[in-house]
Amino acid sequence: MTKWLSISDVKEKIAATSAEEVTASYLELIGKSSINGYTCTSDGALDTAKMVDKGEVAGPLAGVPIAIKDNISTKGLATTCSSKILEGYVPPYDAHVIERLKEAGAVILGKTNMDEFAMGTSTESSCYGVTLNPWDHERVPGGSSGGSAAVVAAGEAPISLGSDTGGSVRCPAAFCGVVGLKPTYGAVSRYGLISYANSLEQIGPMATCVGDIAAVMDVIGGYDARDSTSIDKKIDHQAALVDDVKGLKIGVPDEYFGEGVDSGTEKAVWDAINKYEEMGASWENVSMPNTKYALAAYYTIAMSEASSNLARFDGTRYGPRNDGENWHVMASRTRAENFGKEVQRRILLGTYALSAGYQDKYYLKALQVRTLVKQDFERAFANFDVLMAPTMPLPAFKIGEKVEDPLSQYLTDVNTVPMNLAGVPCISVPCGSSDGLPVGLQIIGNHFDEATLIRAAYSFEKNTDHNKARPGEVA
Amino acid sequence: MVYENPDGVMVGLEVHVQLNNLNTKMFCGCSTQYHDAEPNTHVCPVCMGLPGALPVINKRAVESAIKIGMALNCEVVEQTQFHRKNYYYPDLPKGFQTTQYDFPIVGNGKVVIEGEDGEHVVRITRAHMEEDPGKLIHMGSIEKSKGTLIDYNRSGMALIEIVSEPDMRSPKEARRYLDKLRNILDYLDVFNGDLEGSMRVDANVSVMGGQRAEVKNISSHKGAERAILYEIMRQKNLLRRGGEVVMETRHFDEARGVTISMRTKEGEHDYRYFPEPDLVPMRVSDWAPAIREELPELPDAKRARLISEYDITEMHAKALTSDIRVADFYEVVAAAIDPRVAGTWVADVLKGELNYRDLSVDSFTTDDIIEIIKLVGEDKVTEQSAVDVIRTILDNGGTPMEVVTEKGLLKVKGDVVTEAVSETIAENEAAVQDYLGGAEKSLNFLVGQVMKKTKGRADARQARELLVEALKD
Amino acid sequence: MITKDEVEHVGWLARIEIDDAEAEDYAVKLSSVLDYFGQLDEVDTDGVEPTYHVADIMNVFREDVVTPSLDQKDVLTNTAEEKDGYIKAPRII
Ligand SMILES: [Mg+2]
Ligand SMILES: [Zn+2]
Repeated sequence: MTKWLSISDVKEKIAATSAEEVTASYLELIGKSSINGYTCTSDGALDTAKMVDKGEVAGPLAGVPIAIKDNISTKGLATTCSSKILEGYVPPYDAHVIERLKEAGAVILGKTNMDEFAMGTSTESSCYGVTLNPWDHERVPGGSSGGSAAVVAAGEAPISLGSDTGGSVRCPAAFCGVVGLKPTYGAVSRYGLISYANSLEQIGPMATCVGDIAAVMDVIGGYDARDSTSIDKKIDHQAALVDDVKGLKIGVPDEYFGEGVDSGTEKAVWDAINKYEEMGASWENVSMPNTKYALAAYYTIAMSEASSNLARFDGTRYGPRNDGENWHVMASRTRAENFGKEVQRRILLGTYALSAGYQDKYYLKALQVRTLVKQDFERAFANFDVLMAPTMPLPAFKIGEKVEDPLSQYLTDVNTVPMNLAGVPCISVPCGSSDGLPVGLQIIGNHFDEATLIRAAYSFEKNTDHNKARPGEVA
Repeated sequence: MVYENPDGVMVGLEVHVQLNNLNTKMFCGCSTQYHDAEPNTHVCPVCMGLPGALPVINKRAVESAIKIGMALNCEVVEQTQFHRKNYYYPDLPKGFQTTQYDFPIVGNGKVVIEGEDGEHVVRITRAHMEEDPGKLIHMGSIEKSKGTLIDYNRSGMALIEIVSEPDMRSPKEARRYLDKLRNILDYLDVFNGDLEGSMRVDANVSVMGGQRAEVKNISSHKGAERAILYEIMRQKNLLRRGGEVVMETRHFDEARGVTISMRTKEGEHDYRYFPEPDLVPMRVSDWAPAIREELPELPDAKRARLISEYDITEMHAKALTSDIRVADFYEVVAAAIDPRVAGTWVADVLKGELNYRDLSVDSFTTDDIIEIIKLVGEDKVTEQSAVDVIRTILDNGGTPMEVVTEKGLLKVKGDVVTEAVSETIAENEAAVQDYLGGAEKSLNFLVGQVMKKTKGRADARQARELLVEALKD
Repeated sequence: MITKDEVEHVGWLARIEIDDAEAEDYAVKLSSVLDYFGQLDEVDTDGVEPTYHVADIMNVFREDVVTPSLDQKDVLTNTAEEKDGYIKAPRII
C-alpha cells in the first residue's frame, strides 16, 4: 500500500528508496486523481526532494510531502484563494509557515482547493469547481479547507495545511475522516495567510494521525515577529503524544447536541465519550448558554472584517482588471465580475454591518456577544480539562444541496465557530461513521493547552480503530 | 488693537507631517530614503498591500508622536490603538488606511502664534499616527487625465496628522501657524521639512453665513496661504451673489492657484472605522515621562533663555530662534565674542543675506563669521567691508582673509584719511562754502568724496569727524 | 430589512457594481441573513466590553531597523498594466 502514509511511513520509504521517488509517486497519484483536490502542483517539488537526497536539505520533515491550502502565500507558486480575482497572482514571498516548512525540509506538493476566500463549508464556491469527498463523490468534502482534507483522505498527500476561521479545518477533517487541528489564536503566525477574518483565523495542520499533527505543529508553531498577534509561548506538541487520559475531566456542553444534530453523529460522539470513560477519564455536562448566539456573532464579525480585508482586490496591483471610464468604475466592475456570489454577499453584508448607523447594532453588538461566548469557555475550563462535542452536526452533505440557501450552510457551522470567537484550540478526530460517512469528534482545550488536546486525541486514536478507516474505491 | 475679522473667517488646518527622519516606515522595514529613488523600489509585501502581509508598529514612530504631542502642549492618552479607515483610492494599497480614530495618541494642546493682533492661541484638537498613501501622478489634469501612474514608495511612511481647531482668522495667521509648527518640528528633529511632501496641509475654511469647505492637496506654506485666500474670496463672492456655500471637499490646483470641487457623491464618506485586528493596543502613558525627559528646548523657551542669558533684544531672539539651526549657530558665535554684537551680525546681517539668497545657515561657518566680526571689532575692516565679505563668501566662496586681501579691504591708516580730507577740502571749494554757509547736506557729499579717495576703506564716521574738525578752523 | 436603495449604496461603498435586477435579488437574500443576525438583539449586553482581540496582549513593536524591500520587477510582476516602473491605472474621476 503506497497511499495513506504517515510521516514515519514516508521517512521509512525515503530510506528504502529516495525522497525523489516518494515525491514522484505522490505527483503521479495527484495526476490521476479524480477528486479535484489540488489547484496546482509545484514545479519545485522534485527539485526539493532531490536536494533532500543529496543531503542539501535536512530537518524534521526532510523529504516529507505536504499540500498547502491555496490561501497561504507561496513564493513563486500561484496563490489564488480559489478566486478569479487572484487569477495569475504569484506571491513574491513565502508565508511564515512556508518558510518554516522549507527549513524543516518539507516538499511542497501543490496548492489545494478551497471555498473562495475560505468563505464556505463545502468547497463549492471555488472558481475551480468543487472538490469531491473521497468517501462519496456525490458529496462535498466540507470547507473551506476541503481540498486539504480530501487530498489527505484520498492518500494524495500525507499531510496538509488548512486554515480555520470558523471551522474550516475541522469541518472538512470531519467530513473526510482525517485529523485536523485549529491552534490557539496566536500560536501560529498568520504572516502570509490571505485574510478572510483576521481576528478569528489560524492556520492548522491536517493528517491521518495525531502524531503527524503534532509533528507539523512543532515546525509551524511558535512566535513570529511579523505577526503582531503572534504570542511567544513554547509548546512541545510531540512530547504530548502520551496514551494516558486517567483523571482527565471532560465537559460535555448540552448546547452542542441541539435539535439539528444527526442521530448517527450523536451516537458516534457519545460512543467516543463513553470510550474515554472506559479509558479512565470522567465526563459531566456543562452549560454554555451563549452558544446559540455564537453563530450570528461569528458571521457578523467575520463578514465585517472580510469587507475590509478584501478591499485590496481592486484590479490595480494584482489580478485581472476590467474596463471602466475611471478607476472607481474599473474597481467596481473588476470586483463584481471576479468575486464569486457568496464572497460578494459577505462583503456587502460586512460593509452594511460596519456602516454608519448600523455599526452599533451589528458589529459592536457581535463583539459584546463574543465576550459572553468567551466567558462561557472560561467558566467551563475552570472545571474541565477539555470539552467534547460533535465537530459537525451532520455528515458530509450532497453537492448542490445547500448552494441556493446560504443561511442553511451557515447553520452547519454551529459547533465550530464558538472556538474561533474564544480563540481556544480544538481538534477534530475521526470517531466512527453515520450512514457510511465519517464523523468527527471535536475536542476543545483551554488557551495554549494544545498539549492536553493532543494527549486526549492521541489516547483515543491508540485505543480505537476509527482513524484507520479509509474511503473505499468509489466508482 | 483688536482684530475684528469682518468676514467671520474661520480656518482650521489638518497638517500631515511625514516622519522621514525615521529609518523605516510606519508598519514595515522599508527604508524611508526613497525621495530620489526609482518608483516602486522601496516597497515590500506590507506597504504594497500584498495579500497576507501584516503590519508591525515602528516603536520610534510612536515615540516621535508622543514627542510632537508634548511639544504642542498636548495630553498623552493612557492607551491607544490603530483603526482602519475604509475607502477606495488607487494610492491606498489595502483599500483602507491604518490610522487612529477615537483614541488619538495625543490631544488638547495649543500653539501660540503671532496673530493679526499680537499673540494668538491656536488650539490643537488632536494629533494622531497614520500611514501615508502612495503617490499618484495624473497623466494630464486630474479631471481629464489619460491615466494615473502609481508609485508606492511613499506608501506606509509614518505620518502624524495634527488637527487644529478653526482658530485662524486669516490666510496670514494660517501661514504663521504653519511656520510655527515647522519651527517646533525642526527643534524635535523628527522630520526633514526640506524633503518633498514632508508637510502637507488640508484646510477647513468657512466665512460667516456659509458652511465649511475642506481644501485638500496643499503642499507648501505659501500654497496654504494662497489656497485659503482664494477659498475665502470664492465663498464671499458666492454668498454675495446669493449662492450657498456647501460642505464639500475641494482640490487645490497649485499651478492655477484655484480650488476645484471634487464633486463627491452624497454619503460617500462612510469610512466604517473599526479597530485594526492585525495590531494590538498600546499602553503609552508609561513611556511618557521618559520621553518628556528627552524633549529638547523648544522655540519659546529658547527665545526666553537667549534674552536672559545673552542680553539680546526680543527681536533678535525671535529671529534667531525661528530656525533652530540659526539659534545653534548663534550660540556658537556668542561663546566666542560679545553676544550682543554677535546677535546683530547673525540675526540682522547674516540671516538677511541668507534669506535673500534662499540659503540655509549651513551655507556659512561659525568660524568665518567670528573672524569677520573680530576684524570689525579690531578696527581692521569697516562694517561696510564686513558685509561685503559675507556677501562675497556666500556668492563666490573663499575665506574671510582671502576676500579681504583680494579686495584690499583692510582699513587704511588715519593719516591717509587725513590726507584725503585735506585733498577733498582743497578740491571742492563750492561744497565747502555751502557747508560753512549752513547747508548740512554738503557734508555728506564731502564724506562721499573722502570715501571715494580711500576706495571705501576709510571709516565713514571717522571721515565725517575729521572733515567737521578740519572745517572748524 | 435592507432596501434596494441600501443595497445600491452599500454596493458603491464596497465598490461592487450591482445592476437593478441584482439589487432586487440581494435585498431579499441579504435581508434573510440580517434577520438572522437580528437575534443578537435578544442578548443583554449592557456593560459588556466588546472583544476586539481574544489575546490580551499589548505594546507589540518593531525596532526602527531597515529590512530589504522587494525588487521592482517583483512589485510590478502581478499588475495588469505598468509604465516606466509605475503601476498604471485608469484616471481617478
Ligand atoms: Mg488622516
Ligand atoms: Zn514596506
